[in-house]
Amino acid sequence: MQAVASFQRWLFRLYGPEAAPIVLRQRRIYVLPTGAGLAYAVALGFMLIGAINYNLSLGYALVFLLAGLGLVTLLHTFRNLVQLEISPGRTEPVFAGDAAHFGLCLLNRRPTGRPAISLRLAGGDWISADLAADATTAISLPLPAPRRGWLRCGRLTLETRYPLCLVRAWSYVEPDLTCLIYPRPEVAAPPLPVSATGELGGRLGGIGTEDFSGLRPHQPADSPRHVAWKAVAREQPLLSKQFAGASSADIWLDWNDLPPDMQAEARLSRLTRWVLDAHALGLAWGLSLPGRRLPSGHGPTHFQDCLEALALHGSPAP
Amino acid sequence: MAAQRPDSPLLARSQELWLLACSVLTLVPGVEHIPHWLTAAAGLALAWRAAIWWRRASLPPRWLLTFLVFSGSLGVFLTYRQFFGKDPGVALLILFLVLKLLEMRRLRDGLAVIFLCYFLLLTHFLDAQGLDVAGFTLAALLGITAALSGLAHAGRPVLAHLRLSALMLAQATPFMLLLFLLFPRVQGPLWGMPADAYSGMSGLSDTMSPGSISQLSLSGEIAFRAHFEGDIPPKHQLYWRGPVLRLFDGRTWRAGAQTEKVSLPDTAAGTRVRYAVTLEPHNKPWLFALEVPSSAPPAAIVSREFQVLSKLPVRNRLRYEMQALPDFVPGAEESQASLHGYLGLPANNPRTRALVWQWRREAATDEAVVRRMLDFFRAENFFYTLTPPLLGDNSIDQFLFETRRGFCEHYASAFVFAMRAAEIPARVVTGYQGGERNPVDGYLIVRQSDAHAWAEVWLEGRGWLRVDPTAAVAPSRIEAGLAAAVPAGEPLPFIVRADLSWLRQIRFRWEAVTNTWNQWVLGYTPERQREFLSRLGMREPDWRKMTAVMAALCGLLLLGLTAWMLHNRTRLDPIVRAWNRLSRKLSRIGLARKAWEGPADYARRVTLARPELAQPLLAIATLYIDLRYGRLGGKQPIQKLRRLIADLNITAKR
Repeated sequence: MQAVASFQRWLFRLYGPEAAPIVLRQRRIYVLPTGAGLAYAVALGFMLIGAINYNLSLGYALVFLLAGLGLVTLLHTFRNLVQLEISPGRTEPVFAGDAAHFGLCLLNRRPTGRPAISLRLAGGDWISADLAADATTAISLPLPAPRRGWLRCGRLTLETRYPLCLVRAWSYVEPDLTCLIYPRPEVAAPPLPVSATGELGGRLGGIGTEDFSGLRPHQPADSPRHVAWKAVAREQPLLSKQFAGASSADIWLDWNDLPPDMQAEARLSRLTRWVLDAHALGLAWGLSLPGRRLPSGHGPTHFQDCLEALALHGSPAP
Repeated sequence: MAAQRPDSPLLARSQELWLLACSVLTLVPGVEHIPHWLTAAAGLALAWRAAIWWRRASLPPRWLLTFLVFSGSLGVFLTYRQFFGKDPGVALLILFLVLKLLEMRRLRDGLAVIFLCYFLLLTHFLDAQGLDVAGFTLAALLGITAALSGLAHAGRPVLAHLRLSALMLAQATPFMLLLFLLFPRVQGPLWGMPADAYSGMSGLSDTMSPGSISQLSLSGEIAFRAHFEGDIPPKHQLYWRGPVLRLFDGRTWRAGAQTEKVSLPDTAAGTRVRYAVTLEPHNKPWLFALEVPSSAPPAAIVSREFQVLSKLPVRNRLRYEMQALPDFVPGAEESQASLHGYLGLPANNPRTRALVWQWRREAATDEAVVRRMLDFFRAENFFYTLTPPLLGDNSIDQFLFETRRGFCEHYASAFVFAMRAAEIPARVVTGYQGGERNPVDGYLIVRQSDAHAWAEVWLEGRGWLRVDPTAAVAPSRIEAGLAAAVPAGEPLPFIVRADLSWLRQIRFRWEAVTNTWNQWVLGYTPERQREFLSRLGMREPDWRKMTAVMAALCGLLLLGLTAWMLHNRTRLDPIVRAWNRLSRKLSRIGLARKAWEGPADYARRVTLARPELAQPLLAIATLYIDLRYGRLGGKQPIQKLRRLIADLNITAKR
């Protein structure tokens, strides 16, 4: 098994993540007939026998023209892939259990389009794309993300059967792309541990709206819950509601406060759920993990810092 | 390793329609050659499939298709009594194609339909290989290949697929030419041919009964072409000798056993006519030769009756060179015993016998009897027609005394009967008479409509003399051809009608082109290939050399095409080119643009480093931004941008 893998690495020139932009040069594109291509060849063989047997001069011509077509298809399929440039695109973090979406930019420098290019990450699904002439096409490739932490995109297969389905040209590349996977949020988690601090008591349910302190320009990272939809309805620009009350309520989400018999992953899962809830409610919170302590805060940056800390708990940075 | 793809994808509706149209296109020309039940069944299946497509209904269930496959195959077997061979093979292919259409759902099925269509295109050549068929095939090929590219990528306009298909076929053409010229040709067949392989070839047979030649005359098909060295002889000498018929049963004339003639008049004196015949295949052994042939072409003999016979049936277009002695009269050396064979008669037609016996008694010589008979045809009210009435048991009596309407076989038959009744040795000769000169290439074209029957009588001291009784009745048949001889309104083949002269001009041109096509494309046999390649300088071409040269040239062609296709790329946008030039220019003072820098940022950075460039750089960057990202367009602003960049004066830092 080991030998096969290393043989493949040698055959397909795969030596770990490659620096962008990756250009598909002639030498790393492989071309073989598809099943349909083999069937085509067999059919041509029978046609040639028929032409010989019945002395059909035009039969020879037809078979030879179709054979020429097969050769020309080989070139066209090869050309559809060659000199394509691949660079990394935007990749957003996701929660474990969802599919990570790796963004890629495919740059076609040719004055003609490249139709029907299929891409797939090892373990993911096929994505098909038509690349316009002289343009960059952004695509995103799904890959299941079962575990938290950094996920490498691994080997990318690009292939095409255009234009006649008779030939398959393909190439393997390994773009330097990673995706941060947050822990999976617990499904039926207990409510936020606000009572532990004793300050908020029964007021928790109404806190987000009562402490409304004003409006500020909307930023893309703001939760849609906080958009001032009424202002939008009056055809004003997008505004976000700001909550002052949150700062007064300090919630501590502490690893050590969780029940002692809980497993590490379950703890991370519950803390993730709580971080999500606290952020959604517009509260301020602090997070305490073994070896890491994030002071109380709120807002999208703090939210992402907390999730990243949870995702990378116990693992070295990539 | 290669991950398994999900099941073959479903076809889009536009793809299904294309495939359906391609199938119809390939099926239509074959319709006349398949049994009627299959035509009807295929038509029904196609209509059914079209209805399914139109109403988005579901396809027939699998058990029904299985049933149809079995019953269709059974039908083919019952029609032909076998599965092997040309006709049952074609029938099965058609059956599979229409049934495949009925279960066509996925890409895989679509590919199968395409391959079947390609195969069916080949089967059309079994019936005809003319230029028209070649043209049709090319058009069909374009459509089918476009459908195939549509399978690989749905959702592009039809025109794009057609253009791609045309481009690819054009690129495939040089390969086709190379392979066509250099692929080592093998003389087929590879194995014993099924009996039906050559059905559908028409021509003269070696029997003649009333109606057989007039039937053949309805066809405008070409029987053979002749090319003369020098002038074409006058029409009344153009008797192309075919089967000689000796045996008569009262209704049908048949050829007797043929023996080879030992002494040929090869060295006889007199004028000689040299010519070459290109004979269309007719699946019979006889060759046609101008009377009287002086020697036999290779792989053929001349019989005692001066019939030229090939050793094998003529199944491919055949070219042979001959010489004729138009003034030579053969048969002076015939013995009484051999002449006896030309006197046998059945015991019927009493009125004819009685009339001839009367002439026999009155006439002094055999020749006088011959003349009496021809006078009889001339004087009495005989008609030359393509549609004679049917004749009963005493066919000669009925013809000579009652109906008096007949075609050449009636006249020849009655004449020979009468001569034999008068104890003059006589025989029927069938073949072709006349022909038409194509002014474009000078070939003489002889058609099935020129089929003719005449007679020969043996006269003491002279030999076998040709007598054409038809000439007595309708002299114009010999001098001007069939069209002039039969009354107006007879169902003549369109092609020989005399009244459409402009059409004849077009026809002559077309037939000259066809002749070239036949000689060079269809007639590219193993011999021609060897001859052609040696003329090109290949010494003793054999299959090894041919294959080597073919592979080498194909490889070169492939390399050339690859280079062309890969070279033919990236012509940068002129705006981007100008912008890149600015970066190159500024790189001399260490201010090349960084890959991630936008135009505004770049201009700012350069301005900070070299404040004296601020003015022109601002103008350049603004223009560039407007051109590339704004609405500005046209030639002039681009030229202005180029000029600004060219005028930018960079002097190294003092």
